[in-house]
Amino acid sequence: MESMISVKGLTKAYASGFQALRNIDLDIHRGEIFALLGPNGAGKTTLINIICGIVRPTAGIILADGHDVVRDFRAARSRIGLVPQELSTDMFEKVRATVSFSRGLFGQPPDAARIEQVLRAVSLWDQRDAKIMTLSSGMKRRVMIAKALAHDPDILFLDEPTAGVDVELRRDMWAMVRGLRASGVTIILTTHYIEEAEEMADRVGVISKGEIILVEEKATLMRKLGKKQLRIQLLTPLSAIPTALARYPLELGGNGCELVYTFDTQGEGSGIAGLLRQLNDAGIGFRDLHSSESSLEDIFVSLVSARA
Amino acid sequence: MNLHAIRAIYGFELSRWFRTLGQSIISPVISTSLYFVVFGAAIGARMGSIDGVSYGAFIIPGLVMLNLLNESISNASFGIYMPKFSGTIYEVLSAPVSAAEVVLGYVGAAATKSVLLGLLILVTARLFVPYEIAHPLMMFGFLVLTAVTFSLFGFIIGIWADGFEKLQIIPLMIVTPLTFLGGSFYSISMLPPVWQTIALFNPVVYLISGFRWSFYGVADIGAGVSLAMILVFLSVCLAVVWWIFRTGYRLKS
Repeated sequence: MESMISVKGLTKAYASGFQALRNIDLDIHRGEIFALLGPNGAGKTTLINIICGIVRPTAGIILADGHDVVRDFRAARSRIGLVPQELSTDMFEKVRATVSFSRGLFGQPPDAARIEQVLRAVSLWDQRDAKIMTLSSGMKRRVMIAKALAHDPDILFLDEPTAGVDVELRRDMWAMVRGLRASGVTIILTTHYIEEAEEMADRVGVISKGEIILVEEKATLMRKLGKKQLRIQLLTPLSAIPTALARYPLELGGNGCELVYTFDTQGEGSGIAGLLRQLNDAGIGFRDLHSSESSLEDIFVSLVSARA
Repeated sequence: MNLHAIRAIYGFELSRWFRTLGQSIISPVISTSLYFVVFGAAIGARMGSIDGVSYGAFIIPGLVMLNLLNESISNASFGIYMPKFSGTIYEVLSAPVSAAEVVLGYVGAAATKSVLLGLLILVTARLFVPYEIAHPLMMFGFLVLTAVTFSLFGFIIGIWADGFEKLQIIPLMIVTPLTFLGGSFYSISMLPPVWQTIALFNPVVYLISGFRWSFYGVADIGAGVSLAMILVFLSVCLAVVWWIFRTGYRLKS
């Protein structure tokens, strides 16, 4: 897979001595949506800010589309668009003017038609001549996305794009991000909402305490670490798990009214059929079955807490 | 060279100026008019001429310099401080622009505003006092050089400041006193000898003296020395700005 961003040996130590990033190696593939997950203070924003040129690396090399982001910063940065986490806008400026400003700043000639396209894409065309300070925070977020897209970047960083955004706008944003990926833009997003990564990402990276602890295809990750549980609601409570069922990893819950069977999705066959037959043979009646799959969130929490 | 970026920053800064036209143009013009009413007409009538120039005409170059310094510093410092304060600086830092392009955009816009303002004050002054400009080209040269130099100085203050108080303190505590003591309203030769020597350590003396020479052909200090001093100060400011971007001082951690 061709790499769009390649990070090698990246380390960042702040002047205070705080070690924000430790020897990060990361490759983002061309055209993918990559979700960077991690708890607060893990180093997500620092990593993004270093790639975008806002923070200086202490050591390491970063290539964006083959261009060194420090030595060849013009070529690298003109390909990158950034939507930072904070809503920082020029409050007194008008929407269209600020988006045009961004386009110029990133070295593109003025293009009113392109600005109109971008504003329409983020549903801000009707607000084009409104002062930014009069907009809602969801609209301000969209202004920042429009600014990041104004120079037609090949790589888009979205740092917590849907923090404080209502459900409807979040759906809109996801649709927009998918549209961008379809047009060939490589997207890197950080998020607190695991469902966002689960919904959007092709691959997931988990960062904790300045280290990348895992990078995996989302589907593989969920298959590998995902667990399924079958909860069996019993007709009559049990005081202990019958010896006939000892070979199954079972737990008794709900005051003996519930049997919980945990199995690996990777395992050869789930063993459910066998278990149910055994229950039948043992004369244990049940009235309901409920199966659930662990979410990315469960996986994430178990990963990070294992490290802590 | 990212010319589109320079244009974008320059245009952005000028439009900010036009948005606050009242504050940025009308108020300096009004305050200058007040100076002329008080010092030119009321007091000036009782003052003798200095170096053969009537008092009202004598203070014009000093008043223009006074405004030029204040406006250059406040425009440029505010221009770069605001993005730092609001957080929008992220965009400039992540853009494919070099330090020189950022400085050209911000400082160029601030200097443009001050030069326009200086010319506007000259026009306003003409309504109160008749005067002539002996060396118009040199006058314009001094105007532009001083505007650029002090816009650079303001840019440095704007980067250094991490609060509104710091933004104000240098203009208020240092630049304004130096300007008033720098011969805006009097000739250095009117001072007692000791103070004449001390005054030579005030850089603003050189600015005003050279500028006044371009109007009336007379000055406390030779025009060549004045010009040299401005260029020295300009070089110092450029060196500091170069250091700021090289080290990322207060811009990048």
